[in-house]
Amino acid sequence: MKWIDFARPHTVEEAVGLLTERGDRARPLAGGTDLIVQLRTGGHDPDHVVDIKKIPELNELSVCSDGGLTMGAAVPCHRIYNDADVASQYPAVVDAASIIGGTQIQGRASFGGNLCNAVPSADTIPAMIALGACANIAGPNGNRCVQIEDFCTGVRENVLGPGELLVSISFPAPAANSGARYQRFIPRNEMDIAVVGVGAGVTLNDGCFESVRVSLAAVAPTPLFVTEINDELAGKEVNDENIAKAGEIARDAAKPITDMRGTIEYRKHLCDVMTRRVINDAVTRARGGQVDAH
Amino acid sequence: MPTKSYVQTTINGEMVEFLTEPRQSLLEVLRDTLQLTGAKEGCNDGNCGACTVNMDGRIVCSCLVLGVEADGACIDTIEGMATPEGLHPLQVSFLENAALQCGICTPGFLISSKALLEQNPNPTEHEIRWWLANNLCRCTGYDKIVRAVMDAADRMQAQEA
Ligand SMILES: Cc1cc2nc3c(=O)[nH]c(=O)nc-3n(C[C@H](O)[C@H](O)[C@H](O)COP(=O)(O)OP(=O)(O)OC[C@H]3O[C@@H](n4cnc5c(N)ncnc54)[C@H](O)[C@@H]3O)c2cc1C
Ligand code: FES
Ligand code: FES
Repeated sequence: MKWIDFARPHTVEEAVGLLTERGDRARPLAGGTDLIVQLRTGGHDPDHVVDIKKIPELNELSVCSDGGLTMGAAVPCHRIYNDADVASQYPAVVDAASIIGGTQIQGRASFGGNLCNAVPSADTIPAMIALGACANIAGPNGNRCVQIEDFCTGVRENVLGPGELLVSISFPAPAANSGARYQRFIPRNEMDIAVVGVGAGVTLNDGCFESVRVSLAAVAPTPLFVTEINDELAGKEVNDENIAKAGEIARDAAKPITDMRGTIEYRKHLCDVMTRRVINDAVTRARGGQVDAH
Repeated sequence: MPTKSYVQTTINGEMVEFLTEPRQSLLEVLRDTLQLTGAKEGCNDGNCGACTVNMDGRIVCSCLVLGVEADGACIDTIEGMATPEGLHPLQVSFLENAALQCGICTPGFLISSKALLEQNPNPTEHEIRWWLANNLCRCTGYDKIVRAVMDAADRMQAQEA
């Protein structure tokens, strides 16, 4: 690995200042489970690594008075799934946090790093889209908020401009009669990369869908937000026939590639099957039921 | 002009100072600077767990931590596991259950298993396998490792009782 400089700012302003000054030559370091691998393999070639883990805002994990969740961009997965409030109110967040790598990776890996790294198979992103979360960004020209579905712009590309830092992720308070779920399909039990991942968030009203947010991983250059599923299902009865339609829409929306993990046909088929499963699980949770952990 | 960084940390309960280049991993510092060669380098990319150490109460892959990040941290490595009184019950169980062959994965498995038993003294087989998924072994087929952890849990609970 070539020489790098290292800084450990204690405030957002200081971090934004460093990132602005060094431009493309600087990279934020959260858990390092993507960045340190990339530094070693030459995937990223910065001169300056800015460790953001000492900044209080990036370490916050709290359910606010309005019921929403604020998750600092550098909070590692183990803190997320061990948090009692998150576990009870945002089980879909726990679904994603508990399958990133193994125990050691979860000791360091953050949702912020997973989002900023912006690979198509990233496991946290469909869960965040299903929950309607947004990214709070600080930069040299002030702060802004971007919906997670608009954050990734290409493979390993995101909306962050020069000097911008992802500070935290805000999740709205769960609506009454709502539930969400994230699941991925992998041929092993753990420690693998999604062939397909599906996140779904549903809100129910008297046996009907009020809204359905479905997002797919690993089937396009960026995580897909399939709004057509909401267009089809909103106001319709919760039944197998309607959930089957959602599966078909997901299958048609997916634009996967063929690679060593699966063919286009296989991935499209999985989108159908997984979307139905995940919507069913989200409905179970919306009705107060439990679903299997993984 | 690049300079090395000064790092002050606690390793196996003792205060340790070292100089490191920011590009060096904690694993490199442990092995090459501090001569603590118990943590092994297998993959150097977070998959095999041979480099596992405990950092501030959490297990991490030391190949994916920069040495500079250890500043102010508390790190436990395999070198601190046995005491002058003897081996840790996990070490005894690994030996008695033949949970190692070449041994390169063993320090990582021991550090990971110790952290598991500290937070879950009586894990199920499924919990053990799930917790240890980030540790790879090319020799044993895992079964003897899982059995050794269950055996150590029993021993430790018997000791407590
Ligand atoms: C063995 C192994 C298994 C893995 N398994 C999975 C898996 O199952 N599923 C999965 O999705 N991923 C997996 N990953 C990838 C990785 O662990 C995740 O993407 C993780 O969430 C990254 O988080 P991090 O905190 O480590 O990010 P880092 O590596 O610190 O950062 C990732 C990227 O985001 C940038 N960045 C980080 N924080 C910010 C910020 N606040 N603002 C702006 N930019 C920022 C960094 O500069 C870097 O480019 C695995 C990795 C390894 C090594
Ligand atoms: S050497 Fe660190 S995980 Fe393999
Ligand atoms: S004993 Fe040889 S790798 Fe595990």
